[in-house]
Amino acid sequence: MNRIDTRFQQKKNNLLSIYFTAGFPHLNDTLGIIKQLDEAGVDMIEIGFPFSDPLADGPVIQQSSGKAIANGITLKLLFEQLKDVRQHTQIPLILMGYMNPVLQFGEKEFFRKCKEIDIDGVILPDMPLVYFESKLKTMVEENNIANILLITPETGTERIHQIDNLSKGFVYMVSSNSITGGNKTMDVQTDYFNKIKDMNLKNPTLIGFGIKNKETYENACKYSNGAIIGTAFIEHLKQHGTKKESIQTFIKNIRK
Amino acid sequence: MNHIKPDKYGYYGEFGGAFVPEMLYPNVKELQEHYEQIIQSDSFQKEFKSLLSDYVGRPTPLFFSKNLSAQFGAQIYLKREDLNHTGAHKINNAIGQVLLAKRLNKKRIIAETGAGQHGVATATVCALMNMDCTIFMGEIDIERQKPNVERMRILGAKVVAATSGSKTLKDATNEAIREWINNPVDTHYIIGSVVGPHPYPDLVAQFQSVISEEIKVQLKEKTGDEHPDYIIACMGGGSNAIGAFYHFIDNGKTKLIAVEAGGEGVNSGKTAATIALGKKGIIHGSKTYLIQTDDGQIIEPHSISAGLDYPGIGPIHAYLHDSGKAEVVNVTDQEALDAGFHLSKIDGIIPALESAHALAYLHKMTLKPSDVVVINLSGRGDKDMLTYQKFM
Repeated sequence: MNRIDTRFQQKKNNLLSIYFTAGFPHLNDTLGIIKQLDEAGVDMIEIGFPFSDPLADGPVIQQSSGKAIANGITLKLLFEQLKDVRQHTQIPLILMGYMNPVLQFGEKEFFRKCKEIDIDGVILPDMPLVYFESKLKTMVEENNIANILLITPETGTERIHQIDNLSKGFVYMVSSNSITGGNKTMDVQTDYFNKIKDMNLKNPTLIGFGIKNKETYENACKYSNGAIIGTAFIEHLKQHGTKKESIQTFIKNIRK
Repeated sequence: MNHIKPDKYGYYGEFGGAFVPEMLYPNVKELQEHYEQIIQSDSFQKEFKSLLSDYVGRPTPLFFSKNLSAQFGAQIYLKREDLNHTGAHKINNAIGQVLLAKRLNKKRIIAETGAGQHGVATATVCALMNMDCTIFMGEIDIERQKPNVERMRILGAKVVAATSGSKTLKDATNEAIREWINNPVDTHYIIGSVVGPHPYPDLVAQFQSVISEEIKVQLKEKTGDEHPDYIIACMGGGSNAIGAFYHFIDNGKTKLIAVEAGGEGVNSGKTAATIALGKKGIIHGSKTYLIQTDDGQIIEPHSISAGLDYPGIGPIHAYLHDSGKAEVVNVTDQEALDAGFHLSKIDGIIPALESAHALAYLHKMTLKPSDVVVINLSGRGDKDMLTYQKFM
C-alpha cells in the first residue's frame, strides 16, 4: 500500500501537507528541509521541482523557482539529492511540478526514478486528463505512484467525479480560482467546500492555495481531511532560514 | 480547399493540445465548445467582414515592387498588411476575438503584447466596442516600444508591466494567463499569435487567413495564377505567417518560407530562432518546439524585433516544419536592419523590424525571372524609429 493511503487511514482529520521548492533557498537544502518537516510532525511533503515559467504560481513561488534554477537544481540533480531519502524518513513524499521538465527528462524514466527512490505521489498541474489517460496512466500505476489531480470552484460536477475516479491518494481542492499565494477570502467558498464534502468522493481531499496561517488552516480542515501550505512556508524560509527552530516554529504556529 | 485543422483535442500531428492547469480548464473548454459555431455563423461573419473592410481598410493592397523585382530578378510582390488600421496584421485577430468575446458575454478583455502591435490592436477594438481592456507587456518591451505604450493608454487600455522572467513577450504571456486564472468568468484572453492551448492556434489562424484569401484573388487578377511560387513571412509565434500561408498549404506549387529571428546569430546565445535550436516541449499550454535547456527550462530569447522575441513557435508551424510543408529559415538582427533601411530607400516603405526579417531572406534565395514571390509585409516601422535611428 502507498504511504499516502496509509496516512489517510491512520488519520482522517487535520492533515497538514507542506510544499517547498527543491534547491531553495540553497541548492543542497532539499534533504534537510524534508528531515526538519518530518521531525516537526507534518503529515506529507510536496517537493516542488521548479520550472522557469510556472503558469499557475504567484510571485513567491515564481521567485523561489527562479532562484532554485539559478542555484543549479535540475530534475536529475533532485533525484540525486533524494537518492537515500528513505534511509531518513518514511513520510509520504510527493513530487510537484510542470510537464515540460518531465517531458525532457523522459516520462517513463521520470516515473521509474520516482519508484526507485520511493516517491509516493506526483502532482503535475498542467497535465490534461485526456493526456493522463492515454499516455501516462499505465506508467504511473506500474510504478505504484499516486497521481493527484486538482479541482477548483469552477470544476463541474461530472468532471469532479471523473477526476476523483482517475485520482489516487487524494483530490487536491484548489480553494479559489487563483494562482498560488492568492489573497481571495475563503468565506465565499463555503458553498464549494460543502458541495465537495456532500459528494462523498472516493478519495480524501486536501485544500490548498491561499492557506497561510492557523486560521485558514483550521477553516480548510472543517471541510476536508486537511490542508496544504506552500507560499507561506516559502516566505517563512526566506525570512527565517531552514534551521530546525525556524521550521518547528512555523509548524507550531499553524497547529498551536 | 487545403485548410489546416487540428484534431478534436487540438493536435496538429503531435503538436498542440491544451496543457493547462485545472484553474483554466473551464475557460478553455468554453472556447473549445463554442468557437467554431460562433465564428462560422452568418451574423458573425457579416460583422467581422464589414469591420475588416470599413474599419480596418481591407483588402490591403498587393504591391508589385518593380525595384525589388529588378534587383532580385523575379516578380516580387508585397502584401501590405502595414496599411491596416493600427499598422499591422494583428488587428484581424483582435476584431475576430473581441466579437467572439462579446458573443460569449465577456465584459473584459486581457491580452499580452511584445512589440505592442497586438496590444494596440486589442486596445483599439476594445475602444470601438466599449470593452474594458488590460494589456500585459514585458518591462523591457515597454522601454523599447514606448510609442505603442502611449497609444494603448490614449485608447483607454490599462498597461501592466510584466516584471517576471526575461520581462519580454513570454513573460507578458505568463502574466496574462495568470490574470485569466484569477478572473475566469467575466474575462476573455485574446492571445495575439497562433500559440497557446487549443483552440487558440486554430482561432487565430482562421482570423488571420484573410491575408492569404486576399493574396489569391489579387494575384489571379495581376498574374492570371492565384498560386505564387513563394510566400515569405517572418515568424515569432507565427500569426502573420500562418495568415499568409493558410490558403496555399499543400497546393503542390507554393513554397512556404517562415523566417525566424536569428538575433546575433543562431550560435551566439542571443537568438530567437526556435527551429534552429529548439526541442519539442510544452510552452503556454501547447506542445511545440521551444528553446530550452536539457532540464526543460525555457531559455530567454533575443531579437532586435520585440515581436519575434519569443522562445517558441505555434504548434501549427511545428507541424508544417516537421511534415515538410513549410521551410523555416532565419536571418540576423543586422540583416533585418539592412533590409529595412533598403526598402525604405528604394520603395519608400519603412517596414516593421519583424517584417524586415522576411525581406532580408530575399538575399539568400536563388530566384528565376519567372518566379512569383509574395512577401508578407506584416507591419509598418513607425514603432521601430528608436531602433532604426540607433543604426543610421
